[in-house]
Amino acid sequence: MTDMVDAPLSDAPLDGGAPNILEMRGITKTFPGVKALQDVTIEVGRGQVHAICGENGAGKSTLMKVLSGVYPFGTYEGDIVFEDKIVEFKDIRDSEAEGIVIIHQELALSPYLSIAENIFLNNEQRGAMGLIDWNKTNSEAAKLLARVGLRENPTTKIMDIGVGKQQLVEIAKALSKRVKLLILDEPTAALNDEDSDHLLNLILHLKEQGITAIIISHKLNEIKKVADSVTVIRDGKTIETIKKSDVTEERIIKDMVGRDLEHRYPDHTPHIGDEILRVEDWTAHHPQDPSRVMVDNVNINVRRGEIVGIAGLMGAGRTEFAMSLFGRTYGSKISGRVYKSGVEIKTRTVSEAIANGLAYATEDRKTYGLNLIDDIKRNISMAALKKLEKLGLVNDGQEWTVANEYRKSMNIKSPTVLAKTGKLSGGNQQKVVLSKWIYSDPDVLILDEPTRGIDVGAKYEIYSIINKLAAEGKGVIVISSELPELLGICDRIYALSEGRITGELPIEEASPEALLKLMTMEKAR
Amino acid sequence: MSDLETKPADGVAAGSQVNPVENRFTERFSHILSDLGKNGIFIALILVVVLFSVLTNGILLRPQNISNLIVQNGYILVLAIGMVMVIIAGHIDLSVGSVAAFVGAVSGVFAVQWGLPWWLSIILSLLVGALVGVWQGFWIAFVGIPAFIVTLAGMLIFRGLALVVLGNANIGSFPTEYRALGNGFLSNVFGELELDPLTLGVAAIAIIALVVQQFRTRKGRASYGQAVEPIVWFVAKLVLIAVAIGFFAYALASYKGIPITLIVLAVLVLVYGIVMNRSVFGRHIYAIGGNLHAAELSGIKTRNVTFWLFVNMGFLAALAGLIFTARLNLAGPKAGDGFELEAISAAFIGGAAVQGGVGTIGGAIIGGLIIGVLNNGMSIMGIGIEWQQAVKGLVLLFAVAFDVYNKRRSGGR
Repeated sequence: MTDMVDAPLSDAPLDGGAPNILEMRGITKTFPGVKALQDVTIEVGRGQVHAICGENGAGKSTLMKVLSGVYPFGTYEGDIVFEDKIVEFKDIRDSEAEGIVIIHQELALSPYLSIAENIFLNNEQRGAMGLIDWNKTNSEAAKLLARVGLRENPTTKIMDIGVGKQQLVEIAKALSKRVKLLILDEPTAALNDEDSDHLLNLILHLKEQGITAIIISHKLNEIKKVADSVTVIRDGKTIETIKKSDVTEERIIKDMVGRDLEHRYPDHTPHIGDEILRVEDWTAHHPQDPSRVMVDNVNINVRRGEIVGIAGLMGAGRTEFAMSLFGRTYGSKISGRVYKSGVEIKTRTVSEAIANGLAYATEDRKTYGLNLIDDIKRNISMAALKKLEKLGLVNDGQEWTVANEYRKSMNIKSPTVLAKTGKLSGGNQQKVVLSKWIYSDPDVLILDEPTRGIDVGAKYEIYSIINKLAAEGKGVIVISSELPELLGICDRIYALSEGRITGELPIEEASPEALLKLMTMEKAR
Repeated sequence: MSDLETKPADGVAAGSQVNPVENRFTERFSHILSDLGKNGIFIALILVVVLFSVLTNGILLRPQNISNLIVQNGYILVLAIGMVMVIIAGHIDLSVGSVAAFVGAVSGVFAVQWGLPWWLSIILSLLVGALVGVWQGFWIAFVGIPAFIVTLAGMLIFRGLALVVLGNANIGSFPTEYRALGNGFLSNVFGELELDPLTLGVAAIAIIALVVQQFRTRKGRASYGQAVEPIVWFVAKLVLIAVAIGFFAYALASYKGIPITLIVLAVLVLVYGIVMNRSVFGRHIYAIGGNLHAAELSGIKTRNVTFWLFVNMGFLAALAGLIFTARLNLAGPKAGDGFELEAISAAFIGGAAVQGGVGTIGGAIIGGLIIGVLNNGMSIMGIGIEWQQAVKGLVLLFAVAFDVYNKRRSGGR
């Protein structure tokens, strides 16, 4: 498996002990009716970075929950060997006491507390009489921040720093617990390229200090960058462990989906018609601070059957533009004109925007897209209840039929449309969101990060849906921070920087380099 | 479960495992279990009734007492209907007790001091209640002040205004028709008989209507290919409910007949049941409570929905105030004291969620009845008001704790 396995004990690296810091042997975890993990075995070399890859729902998170004691000893079969002894964690405290720290995708920080307070949460630095020693807290926090390369005052509140920096605070917190094995669950999912790079370099830097890391990720390029070995899990089983030198994207994808993915993007032959949407001189200001221009004189257009991309770094104003356009759900002092098929329309409220044939699928489906405690059926009908209404009453049966049609046509993996959307995987949730908007009969769909947090197989399905929408003569605007995705599916790409459109490239002329140059173009000051 | 497409691998991927049902027995059994979970509150009501029938040596189920149960708790049940809607939308209303007192006082001015006809007094009073709702709804929906604050202020404002209207005195001696709202019975239409035939007839019609409606819903679901519960369990449940209605009607018929309060309640439950289950407005309320942002971005006019929700609550608080005033034949300064807490308790005992998005009218009514039976049973037993309070508090706590435990066990949020 890994190159460390065959090494004799005497060759053990670094601080002695066995070459493997962790071995999980034959782990099987069963939920009622489902085997989530089946005889999974992984070996993690001491001082290595080990990546775990797999589609959503493959069992990666379950495996990490078994490891960190979220699923306590006794609820799974198999052995966990950490530092040469079999460990039996009863809860997450037990695993942390051994030096295993997990950083979840959804960060566990308190927004109103300072960086230092968060780092030492439940591990407070005490002074005389058991009271908190604030000088010690802040100075220790400053040392930890220096180790993770974060230049922020320890007393800054978490809510005042970006997601990328919050991720670093999480790592600093882990360091404060004398971590030996750091587990990162999709650490870069919410980060832009710059922050991702910083984070990956930090992981390599920590590795030099002897900290072992397990990184769960969808992003194949970053796995190639940091991982010494990769274990691929599919349907709750280990498929194989690949050494760094043997890692190729094709091999990992093949392992993950169980088939060759010749093309990561479905074929798309555009049939482009007349202009369907034109936005002129669109400007929007920050909602709390109207002196800040967030969207600056944006001019774009979309034609029937066309897939138009908007590329931009985080904070470039992509979502701000889309939301200010869609019923003024973002911003203040919004100005500009919108034309549909040459006729000026108003989009002052969401219902007006929907009535005029616009749809906006949010980048954050859990917070803004779905009612997670309600079922698939009612989520799909939410934006177009009018179509099912008669005398103020909703036709239940028809609604059920409609939802079921979408469940089948969109391949939403759920036995019934009465399942709660909160229990679906990211890909299936996204399909529900798309169903909801397609059912509202839009002419133009704005899809904000349509494949964020979705596995490779489901991404392909989403791209196919986007192609189908374009083939039906709708205009599609795709906002994405993944350049390969935009290059793979769009017919034309706008670049956005600091709220301004800095360029427009037809797909033939677009390249990552050209787009990045436009995306980082700064305002002349 | 004809529409089950069990794909094991997909089940894992979706993270929503549906246990393939092995045979008819387990299928039936699992239905009963899930129904017990869903109807836990209904079973709790039955248990409370049985417990207090034993403790009171059967006095609880005497015809007169059953009739009293409805009349004494009518106003709480009316408030519970509005309150559960407000709670589902993720808000709260602390002012309903004060609003009930205020409207009761105002109705006294209309009906007694000004001598307006009874029907005009009632209509004007309900209008005043709706206006109170307009006031509170404006601050909550359009200014964006949390409902807790606005209605806490309302609690003080309208209690104060009630005292102002009353001017340190009670207003009494309401017209007979007005008083019927809280004290009246629809009986002896066919002459004085041992058992009131009208009551029994209405009950029979109600049972038939229920059975027909249930079978139609079932047929409709089946024709759309939706899963329906096994026929044995379905029929058993209907028989149980029919027997309960029959017993209840028999009790009313052998006492004074159908209380007017019950008629008002029945109409409200029917109308608001449809509003919450079938109407677009009801859907919007659940959507707002489930995820406000998603509702907004789906084009739902969330402010308007919230506004009308509070107008409606004001209207129902006024109605509750009228029923209470009619029952006492007196508009006094202490009227409506603590009503808001009983209504809120009823909604939560009935399964509404504090975070919003979850709850039913039926649940709130049953929750209100549980509180009513507790009040009534303990009063018959001669237990003092101090212990009644403590017991009700514990019941609220345990009911919600049970609900939370149940949801956690079934893997919900």
